[in-house]
Amino acid sequence: MHETRAWTRRRFLQDGLVLASAAATLPLFLQRSAFALAPSGAPGTPDERVLVVVQLSGGNDGLNTVIPFGQNAYYNARRGIAIAQSETHVLDRQHGIGLHPAMGDLKSLYDDGLLGIVQGVGYPNPDRSHFTSMDVWHTASTESRRAGWLGRYFDAQCAGSPRNDATQLVASPLSGVALGRRAPLAMEGKQYQPIAFEDPRLLAWAGGAQNADLADAYGHMLPQAPASDDESPDAFLTRTALDAQVSSEAIRAAVANRPGASYPRSPLGQQLAMVASMVHAELPTRVYYVSMSGFDTHAAQGGAAGQHANLLRRFAEAIRAFYSDLRAMGQDGRVLTMVFSEFGRRVAQNASNGTDHGAAAPMFLLGPMVRAGVLSEHPSLTDLDDGDLKFRVDFRSVYATVLDTWLKADANAVLGQRFVRAQVLRRG
Amino acid sequence: MAPLRPLDPERFGPREAKHLLLRAGFGGSPAQLRQLVNWGLAASVERLLDMDGAHGTPPPRADEFASDIITALDEAGRMQLREARRNQNEDALDRFRMRRQQMQRQDRQQIKLMQQWWLTRMIETTRPLEEKMTLFWHGHFATSYRTTENSYHMFLQNQLFRTHALGRFSTLLAGIVHDPAMLRYLNNHQNRKQDPNENLARELMELFSLGDGHYSERDIQEGARALTGYSFEGDSFAFNAQAHDSGHKKILGRGGPFDGDDFVRVILEQPACAEFICRKLYRFFVSGVSEDGFVTAQMARTLRSSQYALQPVLRELFLSEHFYSDAAVAQRIKSPVELVVGAIRSLETPVRDLGVLADAIEVMGQDLFYPPNVAGWPGERAWINTSTLYARQNILTFLLAGIGPFAKPRHARMRFDTQAYANRLQHNVVDDAMLDHLLSLDPDPAQRQAIGEARSLQDKLLLITAMPAYQLC
Repeated sequence: MHETRAWTRRRFLQDGLVLASAAATLPLFLQRSAFALAPSGAPGTPDERVLVVVQLSGGNDGLNTVIPFGQNAYYNARRGIAIAQSETHVLDRQHGIGLHPAMGDLKSLYDDGLLGIVQGVGYPNPDRSHFTSMDVWHTASTESRRAGWLGRYFDAQCAGSPRNDATQLVASPLSGVALGRRAPLAMEGKQYQPIAFEDPRLLAWAGGAQNADLADAYGHMLPQAPASDDESPDAFLTRTALDAQVSSEAIRAAVANRPGASYPRSPLGQQLAMVASMVHAELPTRVYYVSMSGFDTHAAQGGAAGQHANLLRRFAEAIRAFYSDLRAMGQDGRVLTMVFSEFGRRVAQNASNGTDHGAAAPMFLLGPMVRAGVLSEHPSLTDLDDGDLKFRVDFRSVYATVLDTWLKADANAVLGQRFVRAQVLRRG
Repeated sequence: MAPLRPLDPERFGPREAKHLLLRAGFGGSPAQLRQLVNWGLAASVERLLDMDGAHGTPPPRADEFASDIITALDEAGRMQLREARRNQNEDALDRFRMRRQQMQRQDRQQIKLMQQWWLTRMIETTRPLEEKMTLFWHGHFATSYRTTENSYHMFLQNQLFRTHALGRFSTLLAGIVHDPAMLRYLNNHQNRKQDPNENLARELMELFSLGDGHYSERDIQEGARALTGYSFEGDSFAFNAQAHDSGHKKILGRGGPFDGDDFVRVILEQPACAEFICRKLYRFFVSGVSEDGFVTAQMARTLRSSQYALQPVLRELFLSEHFYSDAAVAQRIKSPVELVVGAIRSLETPVRDLGVLADAIEVMGQDLFYPPNVAGWPGERAWINTSTLYARQNILTFLLAGIGPFAKPRHARMRFDTQAYANRLQHNVVDDAMLDHLLSLDPDPAQRQAIGEARSLQDKLLLITAMPAYQLC
């Protein structure tokens, strides 16, 4: 299996070069693009492994997502929005835990042994500002000036690679791909810069669409690849422009192959459809980043039906379509998905039948490599920290496991600190 | 040999004029470049340094924006809120929450307008160096609306930067510890004697004045004590005497019952301060690649001997041979703001849509009033990646032709008269003149040939602005 993949990747490299049609006149460009697209891992790193991060922006109400129906305190605190046990998809009858009724699609993944739920994830001295807390999750740090945790992982990969010479060759530009308007802080390294796009058609010069001559002439606007010891800004820009052309062609070609499974038309569904296409095309991408917004449910969030239910349904539908697609393509074994939100919400609802910013909340991990099931104890609903759940698992413990068990990176170095490893994955 | 030996005025030609306007402003139109050459080096530099608002673009008015969108509760309101909290009166609490959310919605609209307003100033100003320095200070004393959530405070801070754009750094540094936006951003309103918060004290030395390695953790702790009680009320600085620690402090080798202003004074006595600021000015005005230590040392000597007045430092720099040498020309990558404002000012394209421009600048990574963190925008190579490079090319297709991913159909109907631009160049060989005007590096033969073969002036301009070299200044 592994052999087949390695071969496919070699073939991809060849295809990638053919795609860059201007390359014929630019011999150095050829070398450079082969470089750019080469798998970027350090020796021994399993190149086929992919991490997909799903961000739920706005602060998802964890208590109405993974529902502690076994605790009366839940019903007392949420008279207008609590969900009855009979309506939930029961996960753990003994501990009284069930999934929101709108998440039938996630329940079926759970039944297939593909879903791990880590309860009560957070960090010490939680911040209730969307921005500050999001930055904490993105940098894995409460110090405000650090690079993103995945960015540091890319930087470290590059530092350990024999290709880290004076020409500022960092990890392949395709190592991290974010679907969205701008790259998330999480993926920005000190050196490494991820690729971000909402629509792959944006990764192209608009002048080329004007007329064929202009598209042709554009090829001549990129000069010969500069000498490898040329560190001038002009050389840097030229190299980046050459890389951009190769990477963007690879991405556009990959997503042009529409998926086998049918995806919901939601933005998350469309993003995951593109990720599946890129995974299938065996791009040398290690981390994909997608996101879904709208979870800031301060008012009229509803219970078994309503605003929050619709959000969770759209989320669950998209995730299930993604794994159906991956399985159909035989790619599910190499894709680990991690889902988080910047914080959960307060235990008690507010007067508008909504919930305000809180602290600890569940995380989801998906894929055949995860330890399936409800993985940690639900935090107490009565022993609270200023009205909020106390966290049981530091989110960086989950990051640490993902980094060293799945991505085979030095998690302590990337995170700058040693965290207990959360036992969330089955195999190394 | 003095590291900042003056340039021979005879050598001040079109290329030098273009370079000066790119760095001390946002680039120049063909007519402006000719004007500078006619004036000569010394007069051109003086004109750029002249911050006298009596002629040209008027300074912003205090009522340019609404100051009363974000308002604190009055005494009665505060009592009601306390009462509601005590009684867990959810209905009442909900009304307070709604009030706050409505204020914030309205305020976010205003900060958007403020971005467009500032872009317009940069596009239209007759004193480009004033806006350029305002942008420099915004990146230096980086403060984000994301945290302050008060657009009028951001406006007041912007005005602080503009007023002292080329004034004394000492005044600016003292001003920043009285600035509501900064005090909020770095949590100094929570810095109290009983419970000190070191955030402002640390960044004041590390990022704003001295740089890492020129102070100790102890200096931070003592500096934080000096800054206790420095807070704000409404739109003004407020000294909270009860929260202030009036005891003896020892900071950077000096001792006394220091307050925040004393702390700033002690910092300014450090030689490292002028050196730190001049290294940052050098990166902004001269080169993003490498620093000439002799040059920055001389700049720092000038800054110290002028008691932190900035004008003499920039005058000496803009008049120097070094500034026009290969160590400087094309050694910086345009920031997104420089790219967009520069294209409009040099080509005189239609502005088309300020909202689109502000959006595009955000996509390219320089959302005004939202720097990524207190260290400001890292800039230079960090501006460039696969996505931003295409965005940079495509904002030019937008400005030149109203096409591309940033454009709506109506944008294409606004015409940019390329022939009029070509006429403004007043040159027989238009291709050469355009390349000279728009690039700081000579194109290679293949590029020149492709430009020559392009069918129309618009195609030529689209191609030139898509060249990697167009991203340089």
